[in-house]
Amino acid sequence: MKLKEKLVASFMAFENKGNIDLDSSVHELRTEAIEIFEKQGFPTKKDEEWKYTSLNSILKEDYSVFPKSGATVELKDVKKYFLHEIESYKIVFIDGVYSSFLSDTTHEGADICLLSSALKRPKYKMVIDHYFGTIASKKESLTALNTAFSKEGAFINIPKNTVLPKPIQIIYFSTGTEKEIILQPRNLVIVGENSHAQIYERHQSLNDNVVLTNAVTEIFAHKRAIIDFYKVQNDKKTASLIDNTYVQQKENSIVSVNTFSFGGKLTRNNLEFYHQGEYITSNLNGITIIGNKQHVDNHTLVNHKFENCESHELYKGIYDDASTGVFNGKVIVDKEAQKTNAFQQNNNVLIGDKASINAKPQLEIFADDVKCSHGCTIGQLDESALFYLQSRGIPKKEAKALLLFAFGNDVVEKIKIPALKSRISILIAEKLKVEMGFEM
Amino acid sequence: MLSIKNLRAGIEDKEILKGINLEVKPGEIHAIMGPNGSGKSTLSSVISGNETYEVLDGDVILNDESILELSPDERAHKGIFMSFQYPIEIPGVTTTNFIKTAINAKRKAQGLEDLPAKDMLKMICEKSELLEMDRKFLSRSLNEGFSGGEKKRNEIFQMAMLEPKLAILDETDSGLDIDALKIVANGVNKLKTKDNAVIVITHYQRLLDYIIPDFVHVLHNGKIIKSGGKELAHELEAKGYDWLK
Repeated sequence: MKLKEKLVASFMAFENKGNIDLDSSVHELRTEAIEIFEKQGFPTKKDEEWKYTSLNSILKEDYSVFPKSGATVELKDVKKYFLHEIESYKIVFIDGVYSSFLSDTTHEGADICLLSSALKRPKYKMVIDHYFGTIASKKESLTALNTAFSKEGAFINIPKNTVLPKPIQIIYFSTGTEKEIILQPRNLVIVGENSHAQIYERHQSLNDNVVLTNAVTEIFAHKRAIIDFYKVQNDKKTASLIDNTYVQQKENSIVSVNTFSFGGKLTRNNLEFYHQGEYITSNLNGITIIGNKQHVDNHTLVNHKFENCESHELYKGIYDDASTGVFNGKVIVDKEAQKTNAFQQNNNVLIGDKASINAKPQLEIFADDVKCSHGCTIGQLDESALFYLQSRGIPKKEAKALLLFAFGNDVVEKIKIPALKSRISILIAEKLKVEMGFEM
Repeated sequence: MLSIKNLRAGIEDKEILKGINLEVKPGEIHAIMGPNGSGKSTLSSVISGNETYEVLDGDVILNDESILELSPDERAHKGIFMSFQYPIEIPGVTTTNFIKTAINAKRKAQGLEDLPAKDMLKMICEKSELLEMDRKFLSRSLNEGFSGGEKKRNEIFQMAMLEPKLAILDETDSGLDIDALKIVANGVNKLKTKDNAVIVITHYQRLLDYIIPDFVHVLHNGKIIKSGGKELAHELEAKGYDWLK
């Protein structure tokens, strides 16, 4: 049976198994969603938005849809995937199942817990009805597929006037007890007025079995809320990730989503920002460093609908070997969105002879009093800079790595959690395969 | 120490250096002067191994060994250092980490262990004091946002750390005010020993008031057309280059 048919056929069993109130609004959402998925199927290269990313190679696997629970992992084996050196809240899943052992959740002052319990408990019904599934696309088939199977993930609800004392870590492990597995985590993040949250999210497989993760995250930022969201994508070569993130912002809020794509077989990021008020700031930053035949596709959208808002987008990419990248940055400035400042930059370095990038800045501006700019570069390393380093005795290979490190640095500088900043610097140094002699 | 023999070099099909001969002995300071486009920067680039330039003929010999086949880093390990006219900026890599990487790369090439952190720190302290450098520059990204003078001072700091046998200062005076010029020149003079040598490449005589050369050579149209003592620099300052052509 093909994956699509298998998923559709599994839906009923999923809902029954889920042990959830079938009269709830979520049930309706799921039912609508599976119908949309059934109608559309997986996207193909014929879809304009998927022109340069083919899912064929990952869809042919015989994925198990319902992970067997009960796999355990030892903390010592997975510690390195956490920001273990700092205090944090943790919401951890193993093969899609919540791990209370590895987690550190709270209901004091804020709800930092599980989506499954929020979906079940009456006390969260109003919140779920109000937010859940409201900004995730109802038309996009992969998001619909996730909605249909949405059950587990992180639920973060921070009331107004709350500055979280420590960051939140959301980590999804896959253990490979199943040979091939599809995971569909779903996160819901609500940050109230004047509140502030920092979130670190990671999907990590622990062995070389095939895993496909189709994740959806909905983020709601209320007035003057500040959210810093960090996505670390450094998975094994057998893991693929489709990560859909939808952000809704109220006036004066600042949301930054930072995506670090260093690993995996195929990674597709869909990141969309929707504004509901004035004086909003949206920041989209990313670094991609890949090699071999890896593929990373960053699709972003910022839709400016109100006056006096800003968006700043900076994506850098380093492509080695025969790796391939896609950057598609769409910025829409509606007619009403006067005095918009929208900046977009995408810089790429191809170091592999067979590496390639398809970059497409897409600006649709309907207002006349705006400042918008975009820049896109694809190049090789600056020879004169390389010579400078070599003339100081640094061999060519290390000199190249230093320059590549410097190339990505302005994105690293935007990381506001110091422990994560040094972690990312180390990861980048590792990816570039040199000892940099850094003091972290 | 350095022997340049009938060196011809160019870029693409254009011959820039048309037969240069130069002998530099340990303990000497040579100045190479010349108008714009005479080939001064090409000469320093070829000696330090910039692959943009192609060597057409002749040889460059450092301590009885031809270095033309060596990469720039290998030449650096042999003791060649060039202070750049336009030092590059490297965001995210501090000057301290950069110089550590450079020193340990050289030590590795010589089969030595990394310099212990304590010794490195001590050396950094001494050399930065020599150049009257504000220590905070050392923890900033290499050359990023530095003024012209700060960049040049950083070049000489790197020279002090790497202790080259032959230092080539390419237009080190450009972009320097008089105070920075004195500090940089003072640093170079303090680093000078009877065993190392310096080639100062400059358009103007100004720097040579502070770094006194033993020999002055005039480069014009890819050839050394006149050599003399330090008084030649003053003559050039007074008369310009035209009388030599």
